[in-house]
Amino acid sequence: MENFTPYSALIGGVLIGLAGGILLLFNRRNAGISGIASGVLLFKGGDVGWRLCFLAGLIAAPLLYRWLGGNSAIAVESAPIKMALAGVLVGFGTRLGGGCTSGHGVCGLARGSLRSLVATLTFMVVAALTVYWVRHG
Amino acid sequence: MGYHYLTASISGLVFGLGLTVSQMVNPAKVLAFLDVTGAWDPSLALVMAGALGTLSLVRAVFRRTAPAALAQTLPKQTGIDGRLILGAGLFGIGWGLSGFCPGPALASISYGKGEATIFLAALFVGFIVFDRVFPSRGGDV
Repeated sequence: MENFTPYSALIGGVLIGLAGGILLLFNRRNAGISGIASGVLLFKGGDVGWRLCFLAGLIAAPLLYRWLGGNSAIAVESAPIKMALAGVLVGFGTRLGGGCTSGHGVCGLARGSLRSLVATLTFMVVAALTVYWVRHG
Repeated sequence: MGYHYLTASISGLVFGLGLTVSQMVNPAKVLAFLDVTGAWDPSLALVMAGALGTLSLVRAVFRRTAPAALAQTLPKQTGIDGRLILGAGLFGIGWGLSGFCPGPALASISYGKGEATIFLAALFVGFIVFDRVFPSRGGDV
């Protein structure tokens, strides 16, 4: 537990919740990222603009954070071929299951949705089992 | 209607700051959270707790002030079926293999990591494949 970062995790979580609240209050939308991002591809008239705005903000955020002097780095552990396979699985799976960590795990759970609880428990357990299989299997 | 673009941009920016501050944008941090039998890092449970608590609070206020508007945001699908479980399972495998879910994958573009870009391209391939297989099932959560 030497890498435990409770305060930044909690602050980050509150920000994510606030972002979900802003989108819910002003746009009447749930901040489910897989739904927002995949909706860009559907090209339904008039429905793409707000999605692109949201994604632009999402992508700009780490740049702003570092520009303001924040320290942020990422490390990718898996090989490119594994990342490609993972990307397709996440893309297809989140559409089939109707949501991802944000849509089911935050928005759905905050609504008290049983469907989202089942989805969240499923992807959490399967992801932990996958990591176990990759690292210790 | 113009303010909808502004509020969507602000929401995306605040969401991305949350992912950055909490380090959820970092796949190594996410994998350390998922590695419960290894050197487990429980931080991301607090990300979820913080997000859930805050959004629940906003919803509670919203429910008191504008219940009809809140009702508009309910998703169409409510049932628990095989698609939900299979979809969540496939997503879980991909999440465990990479440490990326869709939000962090998008937010990570600016870090300039090739593997992250590959993941993101593959993510959209997965979206497109789904829409080809199930053309009528597009839409939001």
